[in-house]
Amino acid sequence: MTVPSPNPTTPEGVLSDDAQSEIGNSIENAIELKEVEGLSQGRIVLRRFLRHRGAMTAATVLILVVLLVTTSIGWGPIPGWWKWSPTQFDDVVNPGGSPTLSFSGGLTIGDHPFGQDNLGRDVFARVMRGAQQSLIVMVVVGLLATTIGIVMGAVSGFMRGRIDNILMRFTDMVITIPVIMIGAILGRLVSSSGANAFLLAVALSLVTWTSMARLVRAEFLSLREREFVDAARVAGASSSRIMFKHMLPNAVGVIIVNTTLLMASAILLETALSYLGFGIRSPNVSLGTLIAEYQTAFATRPWLFWWPGLFIVLIALCINFIGDGLRDAFDPRQRRIPSKRAMDRAAERANRRRAAEATPATSAAGD
Amino acid sequence: MATSVTGQAAVEAPEPASATPASPTTPRRRLRASAPILTFLGRRLLSSAIVLVGATFIVYMLLALALDPLEDLRTSTAPNKEALIEARIRDLDLNTPAPVRWAKWLGGVAGCVVGQCDLGDSWVNRQPVTALLGTAIPSTLQLVGAAAFIAVGLGVVVGIASALRQYSGFDYGVTFMAFLLYSLPSFWVAVLLKLWGAIGFNDFLRNPVFSPSTIVLISVIGGLLWQAIVGGPWRRRGITFLVSAAATAAAMAFVSATKWFLDPSLGPVAIGLLGIGAAFAITALAAGLRNRRALYTSLSVALLGALLWWPLQFLFPYATGLMIVLLALVAIGSGVLIGWLFGGPDRRQSMRAGAITAVVVGALIFVDRVMQVWQVYSRSSRVAGRPIATIGAETPGLQGDFWVETLDTFTHLVLPTTALILITFASYTRYSRASLLEVMNQDYIRTARAKGLPERVVTVRHAFRNALIPLATIVPLDIAYLFGGAIITERIFAWSGMGTLFLHSLATSDANPAMGYFIVVGTALVVANIVVDFVYAALDPRIRVNA
Repeated sequence: MTVPSPNPTTPEGVLSDDAQSEIGNSIENAIELKEVEGLSQGRIVLRRFLRHRGAMTAATVLILVVLLVTTSIGWGPIPGWWKWSPTQFDDVVNPGGSPTLSFSGGLTIGDHPFGQDNLGRDVFARVMRGAQQSLIVMVVVGLLATTIGIVMGAVSGFMRGRIDNILMRFTDMVITIPVIMIGAILGRLVSSSGANAFLLAVALSLVTWTSMARLVRAEFLSLREREFVDAARVAGASSSRIMFKHMLPNAVGVIIVNTTLLMASAILLETALSYLGFGIRSPNVSLGTLIAEYQTAFATRPWLFWWPGLFIVLIALCINFIGDGLRDAFDPRQRRIPSKRAMDRAAERANRRRAAEATPATSAAGD
Repeated sequence: MATSVTGQAAVEAPEPASATPASPTTPRRRLRASAPILTFLGRRLLSSAIVLVGATFIVYMLLALALDPLEDLRTSTAPNKEALIEARIRDLDLNTPAPVRWAKWLGGVAGCVVGQCDLGDSWVNRQPVTALLGTAIPSTLQLVGAAAFIAVGLGVVVGIASALRQYSGFDYGVTFMAFLLYSLPSFWVAVLLKLWGAIGFNDFLRNPVFSPSTIVLISVIGGLLWQAIVGGPWRRRGITFLVSAAATAAAMAFVSATKWFLDPSLGPVAIGLLGIGAAFAITALAAGLRNRRALYTSLSVALLGALLWWPLQFLFPYATGLMIVLLALVAIGSGVLIGWLFGGPDRRQSMRAGAITAVVVGALIFVDRVMQVWQVYSRSSRVAGRPIATIGAETPGLQGDFWVETLDTFTHLVLPTTALILITFASYTRYSRASLLEVMNQDYIRTARAKGLPERVVTVRHAFRNALIPLATIVPLDIAYLFGGAIITERIFAWSGMGTLFLHSLATSDANPAMGYFIVVGTALVVANIVVDFVYAALDPRIRVNA
């Protein structure tokens, strides 16, 4: 009989394992409770998030990426510190005079660290420009789709009855349409009237709010049975005040976590649509259009293809990790669980202390 | 899927369910009166139909807004431009307002209920949409079907393994990989695969020899991976590492020395050995190695399969798809029969182990036969030594028997399937991991352990089955989405399925095929939603279907 539990060293097997982790759990609980004594819910969540190593790394990387993307080539009228201009077709001329050949910077950054394309345009500047568009789409979708979702979900969860029925059937209708399909239709509609990241983002927001609406509705359905809602109503608060002042802050965990996931999927959706030709279009640059434009040149000029993809992955990955960290931070059941070894060590220490003290209070402490 | 079928059977006629031989696992909770279920089903169908009709309205309006079928004529310089525009407006009925056109279109769709489908025609190539869908749907299912099954299977296995090794290096590795795969844009992955998977591998085939450094590197990576999966104390990890790395190195050296890739084959000996290995693994999982009868069943099935290799070679030249299916059924049946013949108090375990082993050995024999045509295939003039294809569904103009065609399909499917698996399986990993962890913390698992059950039984019988319930509610929806095809993957690999149909109709301002696309996907999705409700109610007795 094999016992594939994480620590099958002891012959007693499962039971002693469980007992150990039980001790570890109680210690862990005690530590956690002592740490968060007298802190508000928000503080506790923030503290937990700041301790989430993966999420913090991701947040740092994301901040660096955003800084790089926003400052390097400038934003709108604000000039950046990068020497090459991003979007114009004929602005950048290869100083070496070899328009087809490019070099990627190793330790020395060089003139064109990401290389140049066949027209001599600086790939770094173009990737930065594309990343700006993707970030705009991400942020706008994150804000707008979340807002739509919250309003729809909150109203239908709070009002229930007929309004709920109508709104949810409408949500079902939108859910029935595959996101990429309706995104492509809307993208075509928007891009035929001028390619613009902001417009595209608005269009995508009209598609992606559904999951948020469902989650917020579920949350509101359970929240509205709570006493504080009755208290607010007795105090004479209006429906909208109860909804957005009293109930919404209590649903903030679900909303924030879902927003990050929404943003990560929005950036992938935008790049995919742009790749297909239904998103941001030619004079303008997006990471998706860059890949679509350069994919045929992969064998000869791989750098053209690498960098835009890498930035998509980097941004989406960071957002996903932050979302994971936030989910852990907001989840009251989730404790920050140290490694098995750390738990064992803590249990060991506790045992020793208990043996040393050997007072009748141990049995009470064990509970 | 099977559960949904039983659910339907119970809805329509409860008698046959009770007529089945009474075994301990037949559902004790019988759906008592069928009336509430029927009401529930009726209400669900009605509300779903309303939702679907509303969704078609939204899509139709959006398409009417976004598409401009007169675009090419407006910019044309033809002398009879006005007349052409006039003709097209009349042709497409553009003077009627869009909602009215939608109503007309819906009338045609309503004909589907009585078998008179009229989804309109494509104005670009004058074909009826039903005909377009008729060719697109099978092609898409061929592409995404295999990918979906492999992704679910692989995702569940990896997720379970990762949950059983929670907070280990392997678990963190899997979690990170899942996040990475989540964040990968599918078009990027597909192009990378095309370049490395197809062009790289085809170049490699010119001289299929591994350099010693490659062998060492891959063996070390393989060894590290295996020790992370198997886990345990350091001693055991070390042994696992050494054994698996040595095995990998030996296999690669053999493959390299014999240039196996140029003319791959397994042969009866390898099939026998692999079959015996599979027999042990399957028995260990399905019944436990303690169960001698199950072990002997699987071993005899494996040996029988290896022995049957010779006679089957004489049968295979006349192979057809139907014959392969029949042979597979015969294989499963004989596995079950052997298990039954070994008898014992718990025959079902032996029968199950025998059947699974039979499937594995049968698949090995099948793969071996396909490999036998590999050399002929890759040397044929159409393929010209570059067997892994990057676009399309078949090599044009290739002539050959069943096996060559099968191989041709495989070589065309391998890249898009891999791309789809990479993108989708991460979510199954996360779901199955989370769900198994949830289940493992339940009280009944503690009870099972306290009873003294072996950990295998606790994991496989008590935890694993319950962990699959949430997954059963996701998979039908994903299968429904499959009908929509993988729009991006189809585009990159030039696969003419549903996704291509949709993109093409969108690019050519052709509303009817796009609507046909949506009606298929939407219906599949709505049906899947209803199926999910019933599957959930059938699997989880805590959930009741009430009208």
